[in-house]
Amino acid sequence: MIGHWKKNFLAVVYLVAALFFIYIPVVVLVVFSFQDGQLPVPPFNGPSLQWYEKMFSNDRLVESLINSVVVAIISSLLATVMGFLAAYGMARHDIRFRAGVRFILMAPLTVSYLIIGIGLLITLNIFGIPKSLLTVGLGHIVINLPLCFAIIYSQFGGHLRNIDWAARDLGASDFQTLTRVIAPVMKPSLFAAFCLSATLSWDEFIIAFLLSRFEVTLPVIIFEMLRAGLTPEVNAAGTMVFAISMVTVAIAAIVVSVNFGARK
Amino acid sequence: MSAPGKPVAANIQFELSRWAVHPAIIFTLVFFIIPLVAMVIISFWQRIYGKLQASWTVANYEKFFGRDYLLEALYNSIEVTLLTLAISILLAYPLAYILAYKVPSRWQRFVLILTVLPFWTAYVVRSYSWLLIISENGILNVALIAIGLIDQPLEMAYGRGATVLGFVHFFTMLLTLTIYANLVQIKASYHKAAADLGANPLQIFFRITFPLSIPGVAVGAFITFVIAIGDYITPQILGGSTEVLVPQAIMLQIARAANFPMASVMSITLMIVVVIVYFIIGKYLKMDRI
Amino acid sequence: MSDYLVELQGVSKKYGTTIAADNINLTISRGEFLVLLGPSGSGKTTILSMMGGFTVPSSGRLIIDGEDVTDVPPAFRPTVTVFQDYALFPHMSVYENVSFGLSMRKIPRFERDRLTQESLETVGLAGFGSRRVHQLSGGQQQRVALARAIAVEPAVLLLDEPLGALDLKIRRQMQEELVHLQKSLGATFVHVTHDQEEAMSISDNIALVNQGKIEDYGPPDRVYLRPSTLFAANFMGDSNILEGKIVSNQGGKTLVDTKIGRLRFEGEYRLGANVHVSLRPEQIRIGKAKGSEIISLGEILVSEVVFQGTHRLCHVRAGKEKDVKLLIRFPQEHIVKTGDSMSVFARESDAVLLND
Repeated sequence: MIGHWKKNFLAVVYLVAALFFIYIPVVVLVVFSFQDGQLPVPPFNGPSLQWYEKMFSNDRLVESLINSVVVAIISSLLATVMGFLAAYGMARHDIRFRAGVRFILMAPLTVSYLIIGIGLLITLNIFGIPKSLLTVGLGHIVINLPLCFAIIYSQFGGHLRNIDWAARDLGASDFQTLTRVIAPVMKPSLFAAFCLSATLSWDEFIIAFLLSRFEVTLPVIIFEMLRAGLTPEVNAAGTMVFAISMVTVAIAAIVVSVNFGARK
Repeated sequence: MSAPGKPVAANIQFELSRWAVHPAIIFTLVFFIIPLVAMVIISFWQRIYGKLQASWTVANYEKFFGRDYLLEALYNSIEVTLLTLAISILLAYPLAYILAYKVPSRWQRFVLILTVLPFWTAYVVRSYSWLLIISENGILNVALIAIGLIDQPLEMAYGRGATVLGFVHFFTMLLTLTIYANLVQIKASYHKAAADLGANPLQIFFRITFPLSIPGVAVGAFITFVIAIGDYITPQILGGSTEVLVPQAIMLQIARAANFPMASVMSITLMIVVVIVYFIIGKYLKMDRI
Repeated sequence: MSDYLVELQGVSKKYGTTIAADNINLTISRGEFLVLLGPSGSGKTTILSMMGGFTVPSSGRLIIDGEDVTDVPPAFRPTVTVFQDYALFPHMSVYENVSFGLSMRKIPRFERDRLTQESLETVGLAGFGSRRVHQLSGGQQQRVALARAIAVEPAVLLLDEPLGALDLKIRRQMQEELVHLQKSLGATFVHVTHDQEEAMSISDNIALVNQGKIEDYGPPDRVYLRPSTLFAANFMGDSNILEGKIVSNQGGKTLVDTKIGRLRFEGEYRLGANVHVSLRPEQIRIGKAKGSEIISLGEILVSEVVFQGTHRLCHVRAGKEKDVKLLIRFPQEHIVKTGDSMSVFARESDAVLLND
């Protein structure tokens, strides 16, 4: 082991330097969220939880946090279900215009969130639909649906076609095949798709900013706080967003690895 | 044994799953394709006294391509994105290579996760975090002064350099992931065979490894391009007011003037740039494999 | 009611311009073990899949148990398919897998339990009910797939290369068990394989499939010993194929000239036609023999010997010019070396005149 590293001294140096570069903003953000003072810059006077206290006593922020969670869960649930159904339909049937269908489903991945948001904003305007958390959620489904579809579709292998056929052969209806066989078999990827989509929705800014009005999501509130300049309260809010994303990702990773571990 | 008989399920349900793709397709058509079409239509309309008029005109496009300051935003955006791309690839490739070939395999998963974990740093504060480091009284200036390298704090924040720094940080992680995913798919036997046939390590890299890893670079580069050229937050927070990029210009049209036709023109221009890039590197992209 | 349980009447399947199955006519009797044998891509799996209802024929009719089931979905046919990869439900226990079809049929719990246990016992997996599928070996998974299929008592069990993934030894064992299972259930099995030895050891009848057509059909010994086509002769094992020309066809006899001499066959064939004659390597014997029923092959020269355990396979040269290459199987006790020379003969009745 030591010999291995000695031989690759340059590689180790590069790896450590790269990780330093990647982690320094995160570390600075987190450390100065515990700052005991007005500015999140050296010298560090902490640790103190005063900024977390301040953050949680901000009603608007807490409200937006709840909004964000609700939007993330509902939009990801819908994106996962639609992505799963689409992947199933694509995998199971020789549908017409296969390439075209896939192109349309994947197309949102090649367009910036900003442009998706502007497009929806214009459409809402034309049809006189008011901006709300609902429209934010719809926007989030647009960006997450292709990801959910791609993740789940990539897990539909040839063996799943035979499993599907076997279930039908033994008398299961369409609905029974889907709910009692295919969905349970696909559970790890469904869960992974849901969690990834939830973290993306939870942290999404531009669509939420463009499509919300009175009730807003957490990233929009944090963006407003940014206008006040550098303050440890933003550090605290950012740290919390990061922490919640991490927990979600960790749960997804554990569920997926446990499931795959058991299968193989 | 008594015969178990026929299934209870009704015959006609067999084809129900043919409709499984429809919810997703209809959703995408209604909430993605229609808005894009609306955008294209609006871009040919005019705003007269603050109201949209459905009169067909290319005046918006003429205005965009006629005004230097608007066109400059496009140039700036492309330059910043290409610069970001070049630096990110140069940083990410060696990192992915080390991960794939130098890190012992039982550590690879762990180090990879470690490398991409900050992906989930809150998006709106990611750029802000860099401000904490490079601003006038930020940690970097403090450190440099402390070790006596400089006397006066350096002006690092609020400019193109800062924007590129913020971008490079994020996209290095992303490119590392796509390149690594490609590198680990290259069979070790190819390297052994090449070495066996007399290739030295440098030849192995340039004749075997690198050509086979181009799809990973291309996919990462395309995603980087799409996200970076359309990003508003990073240039807005780190770039300051020294130059305007297209997303900032779009937001200005929306927020200040509610000028949807002009915002549409700019959005469409960005999409066209992305389409052009797609066709340039398209042959290396296998979007269906992402 | 028809004598046959399964009837394929002019069944074809086209994918675009490729024809996977071409006007298949086939009948399967009640209690028969039929093997669809053929190389990969021959269309044998397509034929099975059409019987199972997973592939809809482009034309033709499929009748099972007197009913036209051509357009009936898999669940409503009296067939159950055992897939090549078993297609066991990975999230269910062995018991849940086996009882799946029964619960889809809303069989009362008590009855379901009994039938499930019976099926597990039948395949020798009593007591395995609570195991997870991934805890089982390949052979055991194969048995679960069988138990799951027979639990719903299909009239016809369709097996799609079910032994392909198993080791040779377990495969041989499972072949025997399949035959026992089929006889004891009195069920009808249709089994797809590309292994001609497997086909011969388990089948009542073999349907040899090539390029979407049935090349040969019959009991295994007939198909092996008297193949009706050149393809059948080649596919069913090593064979010596000799080119020949029909020189006479009178009095119910046909004479064919080949490089090893003039051969006589029963029946009358078209005069002057170029034909092939097949002779199995084990049908060539050492020694000199005379008589009207004997083909004397004269002196042969051994050019290569391969010891294959049960016998010695020899590549030899025969004919006056020593320009006819033949394969001969000698018994293991007969020690031959490269360069040896000896007299050999064959029985005229063993040679087969092939339809091209």
